[in-house]
Amino acid sequence: MSKLSLIIKREYLAKVRNKSFVVMTFLSPILMVGMVVLIAYLTKVNDSEKRVIALLNESDYFSNEFLTTEGTAFVHYNNITLEEAKDSTMHMGYSGLLYIPNETDLEKVTAHTFFYSKDSPSTTLVDRLELVFQERLRQRRLQNLGVTAKEYADMDAAFEINIAAFNGKENVKGVNEIKAFIGGAFGYLIMMFIIIYGGFVMRSVIEEKTSRIIEVIISSVKPFQLMLGKIIGTSLAGITQFVIWVISGGLLMLIAFSVLDIELSALSNGADLVASINPEVPTPDHSMQIYAQEILDIPWLLLIVFFLIYFMLGYLIYSSIYAAIGAAVDNETDTQQFIFPIIMPLMLAIYVGFFSVFSNPHGPIAVGFSIFPLTSPIVMLMRLPGGVGDGGVPLWQLITSIVLLIVTFIGIVWIAAKIYRVGILMYGKKPTYKELYKWLKY
Amino acid sequence: MNNILVTKEVTKHFGKHIALNKVSLEIPKNSIYGLLGPNGAGKTTLIRIINQITYPDSGSVFFDGKELMPEHIAQIGYLPEERGLYKSMKVGEQALYLAQLKGLSKAEAKKRLKYWFDRFEIGDWWNKKIQELSKGMAQKIQFIVTVLHEPKLLIFDEPFSGFDPINANIIKEEILNLKEKGASIIFSTHRMESVEELCEHIALIHESEKILDGKLSDIKKAYKNNIFNVGINTVSEEALLGELSQKFQIISSEINKNDQQLNFKIQLPETDSGEILTYLASKGNLNNFVETIPSANEIFIRTIQSNGVDE
Repeated sequence: MSKLSLIIKREYLAKVRNKSFVVMTFLSPILMVGMVVLIAYLTKVNDSEKRVIALLNESDYFSNEFLTTEGTAFVHYNNITLEEAKDSTMHMGYSGLLYIPNETDLEKVTAHTFFYSKDSPSTTLVDRLELVFQERLRQRRLQNLGVTAKEYADMDAAFEINIAAFNGKENVKGVNEIKAFIGGAFGYLIMMFIIIYGGFVMRSVIEEKTSRIIEVIISSVKPFQLMLGKIIGTSLAGITQFVIWVISGGLLMLIAFSVLDIELSALSNGADLVASINPEVPTPDHSMQIYAQEILDIPWLLLIVFFLIYFMLGYLIYSSIYAAIGAAVDNETDTQQFIFPIIMPLMLAIYVGFFSVFSNPHGPIAVGFSIFPLTSPIVMLMRLPGGVGDGGVPLWQLITSIVLLIVTFIGIVWIAAKIYRVGILMYGKKPTYKELYKWLKY
Repeated sequence: MNNILVTKEVTKHFGKHIALNKVSLEIPKNSIYGLLGPNGAGKTTLIRIINQITYPDSGSVFFDGKELMPEHIAQIGYLPEERGLYKSMKVGEQALYLAQLKGLSKAEAKKRLKYWFDRFEIGDWWNKKIQELSKGMAQKIQFIVTVLHEPKLLIFDEPFSGFDPINANIIKEEILNLKEKGASIIFSTHRMESVEELCEHIALIHESEKILDGKLSDIKKAYKNNIFNVGINTVSEEALLGELSQKFQIISSEINKNDQQLNFKIQLPETDSGEILTYLASKGNLNNFVETIPSANEIFIRTIQSNGVDE
C-alpha cells in the first residue's frame, strides 16, 4: 500500500471510530427526525382542536357564508335572545359567539356585528370572519355603483404577466427563485461540509501537534502527503457520515410518519385555510405545469457534475487552509483569529447568493461572486440550475470561474502546505499573520 | 566508503537567523556518534535535515556514499526529542501503521513487532490505547517503532528522557546491541555521562557552527593538561610537599597524619612523567599516580566557554 493510502486509511478509521463521531452520526438523524415529527405532531394537535363558533344571525344577510371547515364549525342559533345565546355559548364551552344583528341595511349590520368570546380570539379566526364581511361589503358597494354580481365575479379574474425568454420558451414568475433555491441547497451543502469537516481536519492536525507524533510521522512521509491524506481521509469519513444521515434520516422519517400517521401536508395547513375561504381562486394548473416543466428542465446532470467539481475544489481549498491553521497554532482556542477570515467568504457567499441570485441571477453582484474563487463554489451553483449558455450562465463566466478556482486551488494548497510544513514543528507561540508570511520563505 | 553519513558545508537560514553555518561532519559506519551542543545550537535542525524534514539552503548530505534521497528515509530511524504517539490509537495498530509508513509490509512488521514485544515482555499491551500507558511504557513503544525497520542509521535525540534508570539501562543495552548488529548511531544529548559511556566520536555544535569533532579519545588527549593525582605514603609529608612546590605547581594538597598519607594534585610540565615518578618512588610508598583525563562534560563546557569569549 502506498504511504498516501495508508495515511488516508488511518485518518478515516481514526475518524469513524471516534466515539463522538459515531454518536453524532447515529444521533443526529434521530434528533432531526424527532424534531420534525414533534413539530408536525404538535401542529396536528394544535389544529385538531376543533373550534366551534356559535352564530346568532338575526339579519337577512349571511345565510350560508359560514361554512364548517376542518378547523372550525359553526352552530346556528335561532329565535333566542343575545343574552340566552351568550349563556348557551358559555355553557356549551364553544369558542365564541358571532352575533349579527338585524338592521335595515348591510352597512349597519356589519357595523353592529360582534364577536363574543371568553379568551381573546386567534387572529386567524378573526381574519377569517372579517374576510367574509369584507367580501360581502365590497360586493354590495359595487352593486350600489351599478356592477352586477356576474360582472363582479369576472372582475377579479386572476392576472399574471406572461414571462417568456427570447427563444419563446414560456416562463413563469418565481422560477428564478426555485432554481436558485435548488442551486442554493447544493451551495449550502458545500458550505456546511467545509465548516464541519474542515474543522475536523484542523483539530486532527492540532492533535498530532499536541501529541508530538508529528515529527515521528514526517520523518517517514512528506508533510504534504500527510496533509493530503488527512484531508482526503477526513472527507471520506464526512461523506460516510452524510450518506448515513441521508439514508437513516430518510428511513426514519418514513417510519415516523407512517407510524404516527402524520402527513407532511399537516405542516402546510395555513395554505389550506386560505384556499378554503377563497374557493374562487383559480387553481394554478397552467403555472404548475410550467413550474414542473422548469424543474424538469433544470440541467440536472450538468448541475451534479459541476456540483462535484465545485465541491472538490472548494472543499480542498478550504480544508487545506484549515490544515494550515491547525499547524500554525498549538491549541484550538488560538484558532479563532484565523477561522473568522475563512468563514467570512462562505457566509458572504450564502447570504449574497440568496439575496442577489434569487432576485437577479445575472446581475453584476451575482456574476462577480460566482467568479470570485472563494465564493464561486456556492454562488455559481445557485446560478447553474438556469443552465449554461442561452438564458443561463454564459459559458465564459463558467470557464473563468473554474479556471480561477483551479489557479486559486493550486496557489492556496501551495501556501497552506508551506505553512503546514513549518507550523507543525513550531511549538509554544501563537503566530501572527506576519510570521505566517515569513514561514512561506523558509 | 567508511562513513554512513557525510555533510558538506551544510547551511540553513530561518529568515535572518542562521541555524547552521557550513557544518561539515563525517559519521563513521558502525559507531556511536555523539552530536553535542547547548540548546538552540542547531542540532535539531541538522538532524531534521538528515531526516529530510527540512532541506539545507546550501551544502550537501551524503548517505552511504550517495547524495541523500527520499528513498533513504526507509534506512533511517529517528527518535525525535519531541516525540509522542496517537493517544487514542491502539498500541499494536499504531506500531503497524508507523512501520508500514517506513516501508515494511504488514506481515513483516507484525513478525518483527512480535519479536520486540516478546523481548520487552510487553505482548499484552497490543490492544491497549496509548493513553492507558505510562510515559515510560509509551517511550518503549516509541523506541521499538524507531528501530523496527532495521535502519542502517539510527538517530536518537535525548533517548533516555522519560525513562527511569532501570529502563534507561535497558534502552542503553539495546542501543549497544543494535550497534553490534551493524547499525550506525547518531546520539544527541545533553547528558554527558551517557556520551562518555556510549560515544566513540563526537561533534560539538555551538551557535550554528561545528566547533569540535573527532574521536572522543583523541579529543580527550588533546584536552588533557598534564595534571596528575598523586597519593604517597611517607614519614615526612610536609617536607616532601615543600620540596615539590618549589619545582612544580601544586594545585591542591591534603595530608592525612594518621595514615601518613599525602594526596596532592600536581601540574607537570610538558615533559616525560617518568622522571618525577622515579623521584617520588624514592621518597616513599607511591600508591597513586593518575593523569586526570578531562570528562566529556569538562570538554563541553570549556570549549563552549572559550568560544563564547571569542565573540
